[in-house]
Amino acid sequence: MAVLSQSTAAGAKTGVPDRLVSALKDAGFATLVMLGLCVPLVTLRTDSEEGGQLILVPRLGLTAALCLAVFFARLGYLTVWGKQARAARQPTSRKEAIKTVATPRYSLMTIGLPLALGFALAYPLLVTLINGGLSEARYWIDLGILVLTYVMLGWGLNIVVGLAGLLDLGYVAFYAIGAYSYAILSTTFHISFWLCLPIAGILAATWGVLLGFPVLRLRGDYLAIVTLAFGEIIRLVLINWVPVTNGGAGIASIPRASFFGLPFNDDDNGFAAFFGLEFSPMHRIVFLFYLILALATLTSLVTTRLRRLPVGRAWEALREDEIACRSLGINTTTTKLTAFATGALFGGLAGSFFAVRQGFVSPESFNFLESAIILAIVVLGGMGSQVGVVIAAVVMIAGPEMLRNLGFLKAIFGENFDPSEYRLLIFGLAMVVMMIWRPRGLVSTREPTVFLKERKSISSDLVKEGHG
Amino acid sequence: MKGETLLRVEHLTMRFGGLVAVNDLSFTAKAGDITALIGPNGAGKTTVFNCITGFYKPSEGRVALAHGGEAAFAVIEEATAKGARSLKVEDGAIHLLERMPDYLVTQHARVARTFQNIRLFSGMTVLENLLVAQHNPLMLASGYSVLGILGLSSYTTRQKEAVELAKDWLERIGLTDRADDPAGDLPYGAQRRLEIARAMCTKPVLLCLDEPAAGLNPRESLELNTLLREIRDRDATSLLLIEHDMTVVMEISDHVVVLDYGVKIADGSPEQVKNDPKVIGAYLGVEDEEVAAVEAEVEGRA
Repeated sequence: MAVLSQSTAAGAKTGVPDRLVSALKDAGFATLVMLGLCVPLVTLRTDSEEGGQLILVPRLGLTAALCLAVFFARLGYLTVWGKQARAARQPTSRKEAIKTVATPRYSLMTIGLPLALGFALAYPLLVTLINGGLSEARYWIDLGILVLTYVMLGWGLNIVVGLAGLLDLGYVAFYAIGAYSYAILSTTFHISFWLCLPIAGILAATWGVLLGFPVLRLRGDYLAIVTLAFGEIIRLVLINWVPVTNGGAGIASIPRASFFGLPFNDDDNGFAAFFGLEFSPMHRIVFLFYLILALATLTSLVTTRLRRLPVGRAWEALREDEIACRSLGINTTTTKLTAFATGALFGGLAGSFFAVRQGFVSPESFNFLESAIILAIVVLGGMGSQVGVVIAAVVMIAGPEMLRNLGFLKAIFGENFDPSEYRLLIFGLAMVVMMIWRPRGLVSTREPTVFLKERKSISSDLVKEGHG
Repeated sequence: MKGETLLRVEHLTMRFGGLVAVNDLSFTAKAGDITALIGPNGAGKTTVFNCITGFYKPSEGRVALAHGGEAAFAVIEEATAKGARSLKVEDGAIHLLERMPDYLVTQHARVARTFQNIRLFSGMTVLENLLVAQHNPLMLASGYSVLGILGLSSYTTRQKEAVELAKDWLERIGLTDRADDPAGDLPYGAQRRLEIARAMCTKPVLLCLDEPAAGLNPRESLELNTLLREIRDRDATSLLLIEHDMTVVMEISDHVVVLDYGVKIADGSPEQVKNDPKVIGAYLGVEDEEVAAVEAEVEGRA
C-alpha cells in the first residue's frame, strides 16, 4: 500500500512517462511478491508415483503464467483504472467541496422509468416469443415473478431502513404474517383473495406498530437485535401454534387467485372459456406476473408519493437527526411507527401474494436468511433508492438462477462441475467488491423531494445512514 | 402584548444524580424582548434551555409560557392544580412547559430552539430543511398523508405556501441561491443562519438560541445581530439566547440573566449586569479570603 501511494503521488506531480516508469516498477515489485508466494505454493507439486513413492512435479509454466497475470493486472490497474483510484484517494477538503452532482441521472430517469415499466409489461410476451411458446416460457415467467416479489419486499423494507434509517432485521415476519393471514382466512373462512389482500396488509401493518412500540427507544445494534428476535418469534409461533397454523407441516391447498371472480380452470365459467381462449395453466402464471407487477408498482408509487409528503420528509429528517426533529415539533414516536407500519403493510401484501402463488405456506419459507436477502437488496441497491433496489433484486435473485444455465462450463471444468454450488461464493465476492467500490450501494446519491430552481442529487457523503 | 411577561421560570431545579446543575432558578422573559442567559462554562445555561424546551424533565420547578398576553398567568395555579399541560383562557392560553414532551413544546406552546452544535439535516437540501420545520401544518393539510397520497389540490396549495414561507426566510438569511444545495455543504456561518431560519419556520412565539454567535467572524456576528433584532421587531417573536460573545449580548439584549454554578447571580439590563461585582467575580475570579489564605500559606512554606 505504501509503495502504491508513493508511486501514485509521484505520478500526480510529474508527467506521463514518469508515471509509466513508476507503474512498471510497482508492477515488477508485485510480480516479485507473487513469485515469492508461488515458489512454496505452486511451483512444486507433490505427487505419488506408481510404486507409491512421493515425487516432486515442477510446474514452471503455471508459475510463469501467474506471475505474468499479476504483472499485467497491476500495470493495468496503475495506468488504466489508476486515475479514478487516485482521484478517489486524493484527500479533498471536505468542508469546501460542493457535494452536489448536477444530475444527468434525472433525465435518464425520465426515459428509464417508462422503459423499465414497458419492459416489465412486455416481459411475458418477450419470453414467450424467445422460447417459442407460453408453456416453454414458464421458467422465465416464474423467475420474473420471483424477482418482482423481492423488488416489492425491497421497496417495502426501503421505507423502514432506507428512508427512516431504522435497521430492521426481522422484516420477513411481516411477509409471514401476510402469507399466513391469507392462508388461514381463505382456508378457514373461505374469504376471497381480493378481500384478503387488504386484510393481510392491515394485519401486517398492525403488527408493525406492535413491534414498533417496544423498540422506539432502541437504536442501532439494539434495534437490530430486537427486530431479529421479532422475526424469529413469529417463525417459532408459526411452528408451535399448531391448532391455527398447522405447525411445521404448513398450510396446504390454499385457494388460487381468481381473475376478479373468474377461476383459472377449464370449466365453462372459467377464465379461458369466458374470453374464448383455449385453456392453458399458463394463464394463471401470467396473471400472477401482472398481479405482482401491479402490487410492486403500487408500492413504488405510494413510496414515491409519501417521500414528497410531510411524513416522508419527516422519515428522512429522522434518519438525519432525531433530536433536531423533536425540536421542530415532529412527534418522532408516530413518525417511527408510521414507517414501521407502512413497511410492514407492503411486506404483508407481498406475503399474501406469496401464499396465493405457492398454494402452500410453511414456516420454513420465512427464516432469517429471507430477511437477510431482503436487507441485502436494500443495502446493495443504495438505501432510499428505488432504482437501486430493482437492480439489486435482479442481480441477487436472478443472478444465482442464471448460474444454472452455465452448463457449458462443464466442458471446461469436467462433468461434476455444478455452477450453482458456487452461488454463495459469488454472493460473498460480490459483497466484498461492493464494499470496496460502492460502500453506500449502487445508487448512493439522494434525490431531493422538492426544489426551487434545479434538482441536484446529494452525494452520499452528506446523507446519513441513520442510527437505529 | 409587548412588555408583558411571556415566560416565567419558577424555582427550576435540575439534578443529575448528585450533581445539581440548576438550583432554584427563577426568572422571567418579556414579550418583545431579547433575553440573554449568560454565565461561565458549566454554569447550567444549556440545562435551563433543555428544561424549557422539554428535552429534560426538571427535577423541581415550573416553567410557564403565556399566549395572548400575561393575563393568562392568572390561571397558572388552576392549571398546575389540575395537572394540565395547557389551559385555554379567553384569547390566550397558558402552557406548563415542564409537563410537555419536547415536540409538543414546539407544536403547541410554540417555543423553538437551535443547538450549540448545529443540528441541520445535512443530507437534505436547504429548502427541505425549511419544509421539515413546517411539518405539523403540512401534515394537517395532507390529511395525515391519506389525502396527500390521493394528490388532492388542497395539499398542493398548502405546500406552495410553505415553500413561499421558506423562500421568504431564504431571502432574509441570504441563502436563496443555495436553496437546492444540501445543508451540509453550506459554510459554517450560513449553517447557523439556516438553523435559526428553520426554527423560525415553526412560527414560534419564543425562540431559544444556544450560542448563535459561536464560531462566527465579526462581520457574520454583526449580521446575526441585525437578524435577531429583525426577528424581535418584525416577527413578534421574543428571543431567549445563551451567548458567550459579550459584544453580541451587550449590544442586542434587553435583559440579561447571569448564572454561575446553576444559581442566578444577577438579573437586569445589560448596563446593570456589566457593572455588577458578582458578575465580574464569576467571570474573572475574585480574591476572596480563602484564596488569600491559601496564598499566604504557600508563601509561608516557601
